[in-house]
Amino acid sequence: MSTNKVIHALYNDDDILMDAVKKVKAEHHHIEEVFCPFPVHGLDKAMGLAPTRLAITAFLYGITGLSVAVWLTWYTMIADWPQDIGGKPNFSWGVNMPAFVPILFELTVFFASHLMVITFYMRSKLWPFKDAENPDPRTTDDHFLMEIPVNGNEEELKALLETTGAVEINVVETH
Amino acid sequence: MYQFSGKLKMLAIALMILGALGTAYNFMSAPKTIEEAKEILAKQDAHHGGHEAATTTHAEEETHAEEAKVEEHVEATTTEEHEVAQDSTAAHVEETHANEQDHAAGEEATEHAQDTTAVHTEENTHGEAVADEAHETTNEAHAEVAQAHHEEDHGDAHAEHALHQMQNRPWSAFYVALLFSLGITLLVLAFYASQRVAHAGWSVVLFRVMEAITNNIYFVSAIMLAFLVITFMHGNHLFPWMAEGVVDPASPNYDAIIDGKKWFLNTPGWLIRGIIYLAGWNAYRFLIRKGSLAQENGDLSLHKKNYNMSVIFIVFFMITESMASWDWIMGIDPHWFSTLFGWYVLATFLVSALTVIALVTIYLRSKGALPLVNDSHIHDLAKFMFGFSVFWTYLWFAQFMLIWYADMPEETTYFLLRFNEYKVPFLGMVVLNFVFPILLLINSDFKSIPWLVIIGGVVILIGHYVDLFIMVMPGTVGAQWGFGIGEVSGLLFFIGLFIYATFSAFAKTSSVAKGNPFLHESETYHYYNIEHRGEDSNHH
Repeated sequence: MSTNKVIHALYNDDDILMDAVKKVKAEHHHIEEVFCPFPVHGLDKAMGLAPTRLAITAFLYGITGLSVAVWLTWYTMIADWPQDIGGKPNFSWGVNMPAFVPILFELTVFFASHLMVITFYMRSKLWPFKDAENPDPRTTDDHFLMEIPVNGNEEELKALLETTGAVEINVVETH
Repeated sequence: MYQFSGKLKMLAIALMILGALGTAYNFMSAPKTIEEAKEILAKQDAHHGGHEAATTTHAEEETHAEEAKVEEHVEATTTEEHEVAQDSTAAHVEETHANEQDHAAGEEATEHAQDTTAVHTEENTHGEAVADEAHETTNEAHAEVAQAHHEEDHGDAHAEHALHQMQNRPWSAFYVALLFSLGITLLVLAFYASQRVAHAGWSVVLFRVMEAITNNIYFVSAIMLAFLVITFMHGNHLFPWMAEGVVDPASPNYDAIIDGKKWFLNTPGWLIRGIIYLAGWNAYRFLIRKGSLAQENGDLSLHKKNYNMSVIFIVFFMITESMASWDWIMGIDPHWFSTLFGWYVLATFLVSALTVIALVTIYLRSKGALPLVNDSHIHDLAKFMFGFSVFWTYLWFAQFMLIWYADMPEETTYFLLRFNEYKVPFLGMVVLNFVFPILLLINSDFKSIPWLVIIGGVVILIGHYVDLFIMVMPGTVGAQWGFGIGEVSGLLFFIGLFIYATFSAFAKTSSVAKGNPFLHESETYHYYNIEHRGEDSNHH
């Protein structure tokens, strides 16, 4: 692969950043990435990112958890060893269901939350010994950075970004 | 400004007239003498007929007998019931094993039918070992004997009991609809007060809608007051603790448990408390509406005054709502009590109130009367409907499960009666109030689609009407319940009244609570996660 160049445009205000993102999108340039020190509301919409499907996975995990809980309570309490414990009915899962509801609820929540978090880590490629991918340490404090790939239109891009209120524009080689 | 259309006004009046006529008819057609009651009972028996009916009748008899027992032997319930439970179970097991059909001496059968614990224990002891068939045959045999026994010994007592229940039915039908309307209106008022107290930024554009709905409280309070006075004058028998001689040791009707509660359950106290609740709620509605309209001049000191008033009301409301639920609903079953009952009633009315706000808002917006309401406001209302549906389920289940788990006879009778006689509505309402809303409204996109919110809302309202129905009916009409002209008429009347009160009040003022410091925030409110579809007239 040939060497690629990207432009790093730095901003010091999230409103200016939002306007810049809209302007760059309007000029039909692809924005590779935007680095922010905190969530900027509406940035994903301005960048045109697809909505997250994390909530849908959580719902499915919740159903999984509920099924596991139903199976667990049915197998242990009804099928495997239906003891008479304090006169609780154990002829079928249904007649003893109210006693199982706390478990059904907790396992549903447990599966939904934990599996969703793990899904989030996997999709965002986060783990304890991961190397930070920070192009500029200031973006974790008080600067916003927009990264745009250069396809031979370096000067044109630079001129455009100058007009958006960037405090610093760097051209960086990536490999 | 909104115009209360003639068509809608006609509809409201027609509903009220229809409801009033139906209710009057229902009162007229209730049986007046024991003979009439017996006739109806005979008709019911003939109607059931056949073999299958035996079990149904058995169930009915069982609950009657059980009720009668609770009414008669209050003092000694616990110990006695335990003994009976053991005896009858032992006897029952023997019998079943021997597979005798003509085993049951009348006494034993009644004992067995009478006892709540017995039914439960019976299931236990049977286990998988005893074939279902044997069980059923015994049951039928029981039924026959029990019935025969009943007809011989206290056929008259039974008919009298049934007569009282039949006479209660038109009252109960009207009372459930009345409480439903009053409760919803009251909770809209409380929600409105909470929005003022919380300095809510999103809901200011809905203030006039909520104020309009609470206009209904004057009308239903007047009817409630009339009802309280009639009940006080012994015009009906909905509350067993008000019956003649219940607290008089010399009387055959003497009831020691109620006697022990008479410091709270006495008619003068009950009437005075009721008047205080109603007066307090109406006073706040009157003052806050006035204050809210006065605030249109933008004076912030008026805003502060409305805030203070709302804080005081919230405190007053929380106390009076709990007590009203004891007085007006839990008092129907004076032998039973539950500590979380007040919150449970609160939850059922709160979710219905939010649903009603959502439905009225969607209707008015579709008529172009609420230009500032956008999809995010609808989304928030639907979120509240969803959240409080779950909250209602939580309280419902917490109450049911604690009683089911401990299975203490004096508490379990409450649910046993509901489970035996009202199985379909009792279980059905959990589907209507929990399963359906949770699956429909969990999706963030769905929450801002008006027709989906309307479908969810209608189901929630039906579900919570059923909930109130099941709170009131078993204690007043027991097995003689039904959903007929009387019940429908009661609902129609209060729906008509609601429409009239709400929309005539909404048409009186501008639809925007001008002068509220949070109005701009509410106007530009946008929940980040949803797309506005442009249903509103002039936003996005």
